[in-house]
Amino acid sequence: MRYLLRRLGFYLIAAWVALTINFFLPRLMPGDPATALFARFKGRLSPEALQALREAFGLTDAPLWKQYFTYLAHVLQGDFGTSVTYFPSSVGSVILTGLIWTLFLAGTAVILSFAIGTLIGIAVAWWRGGWADTILPAFFAFLGAFPYFWLAMLALYVLGFDWGLFPLGHAYSDDLTPAFTAEFIVDVLRHAALPIATVVIATLGGWVLGMRNAMISVLGSDYVALARAKGLPPGRVVLRYAARNALLPSVTAFGMALGFALGGSLLTEIVFSYPGQGYLLVQAVRNQDYPLMQGIFLVFTLAVLGANFLVDVVYFWLDPRTREVSS
Amino acid sequence: MSGAASGRATGLMAWWEAIRRDRKATIGFVLLAGFVLLGLVGPWLVGDPDAMVGVPLQPPSWAHWLGTTGQGQDVLAQTVVGTRVSLLIGFGVGLAVVAIGSLLGVTAGYFGGRVDGVLSMLINVFLVLPGLPLAIVIAAYLPAGPLTVAFVLVITGWAWNARVLRSQTLMLRQRDFIAASVVSGESHLRIITREMLPNMTSLLLAQVIGGTIYAIGAQVGLEFLGLGDVSAVTWGTNLYWATNDSALLTGAWWTFVPTGLCVALVGFGLVMLNSGFDEVTNPRLQQERAWRAFLLGAGVPVSRSTPVAIAHE
Repeated sequence: MRYLLRRLGFYLIAAWVALTINFFLPRLMPGDPATALFARFKGRLSPEALQALREAFGLTDAPLWKQYFTYLAHVLQGDFGTSVTYFPSSVGSVILTGLIWTLFLAGTAVILSFAIGTLIGIAVAWWRGGWADTILPAFFAFLGAFPYFWLAMLALYVLGFDWGLFPLGHAYSDDLTPAFTAEFIVDVLRHAALPIATVVIATLGGWVLGMRNAMISVLGSDYVALARAKGLPPGRVVLRYAARNALLPSVTAFGMALGFALGGSLLTEIVFSYPGQGYLLVQAVRNQDYPLMQGIFLVFTLAVLGANFLVDVVYFWLDPRTREVSS
Repeated sequence: MSGAASGRATGLMAWWEAIRRDRKATIGFVLLAGFVLLGLVGPWLVGDPDAMVGVPLQPPSWAHWLGTTGQGQDVLAQTVVGTRVSLLIGFGVGLAVVAIGSLLGVTAGYFGGRVDGVLSMLINVFLVLPGLPLAIVIAAYLPAGPLTVAFVLVITGWAWNARVLRSQTLMLRQRDFIAASVVSGESHLRIITREMLPNMTSLLLAQVIGGTIYAIGAQVGLEFLGLGDVSAVTWGTNLYWATNDSALLTGAWWTFVPTGLCVALVGFGLVMLNSGFDEVTNPRLQQERAWRAFLLGAGVPVSRSTPVAIAHE
């Protein structure tokens, strides 16, 4: 339990660092972001909006430490301020519209990539030196040299535009209304297929190589040799004896990969015009919607920290060594 | 084979020797040298990349080898001119993240204790914060331009290097020769710069190369999202304009394919070159080479587990 508490403490500190960065960034910038925004939106922004903006930034005449605590208190209450582009909607409600799509896209992609990559890694390690073992690492190194989003653009161009196999963007067809029907679900899956597939292909290599290397060292250990000598069926030796232990480093990497995928979903969503967090964030940056931008950054951070903590819980459950009472 | 003998030689000649001897490193070197040359003199050869030279979105032809963009600019000129800034930021950020990473990582690993506690916490926090969103939020507050992009990439990129260098330092700290230096009263600074860092040359070089690859990729990504100076000509902004001008929806593949290939070729060249650097800075690899050559000469099959340490007997 102490292990989990220590991890939780670490994530709380990381969250606090993110909050503090968020608080000080607008204040380090020359000038006052609220006034700058007001000038930019001349005529379109009411004085009430300017006041709301100032409050969103916490730019009152109070001393800095007081502003800081007001800010922390607001965030803890789930109040991220008011969006400029979607005024008078609150940042929280705007974020909610995109969050589900991003979680769906990034979550599915990471889980699929992890599952497929790990299975391939196990197979490659078992048939070590076979054709797959020679070709795959070189293939993934080749893919890894290209920028991920460029591969996505190429896939979209060839499969979507040229061959017309997939829709060119958005989460679902314009003529459908979101509903829990078979038609809608199929449509959503059709739109998500290409974004998810490109992320999976681009990230598969890491899982394959990681699992392969871990498997090879585990397969050389004595207890696996014993299991083989006992005459256990190979499938049982590989999956129940070797793979289970070789999985631990991959589980550790899973948390980081989730963070990476959530961040990377920005690029995916831009290429595929997918209406998630990343799309919102880039729109917010282009429209200088600072409150929305910062809210999205916080949500990203909290999602990543939460996912990492979940991974720690799984690790705690998988690896009995973390449960030992250390002196 | 004079592998072991030339391994003693240092200086530029040794590097050159190693690059020439290793086929992969030669390929990498030629590729990189080509791009550096392109970045240096290219902009004078192709003319103004912003000039409108023809009908927008024309496929490659004799007049415009790589076609034209959605604004009638020459894609070849844009790609060539973009090379300079993209490479400069790549190498600059690659060096900077390793400099910061080694400063913090080595300090944490060498001094240990409370210093390590604080620095490790800092490193881990920066590792767990989502890099791309953080980079975007910081970049949004700064004036758009290549320096801003370089700055945010350093902020979000140093932690990984620091973590690796910290654990490497922890390992070296246990060695006898470091203990001997400490006992003989050498200053911490001298031990770190004269005893530890030279032993990490191979790792540091690999990190600079890895950092450069990261920087080029991330920079292209950030600029693709429109966070660079969109009026400047770099590889990333070229891709930004390609999507903004709906290259994909009009089938204009030539507006984004060349840039991606350039990024990939530079990355490929760097990886190839790294294997050559390893040969110079890692004496183990040289021994292994000599030993394998000896075994092959004697007609003995070489397996992966052939012990290296016997090579000098």
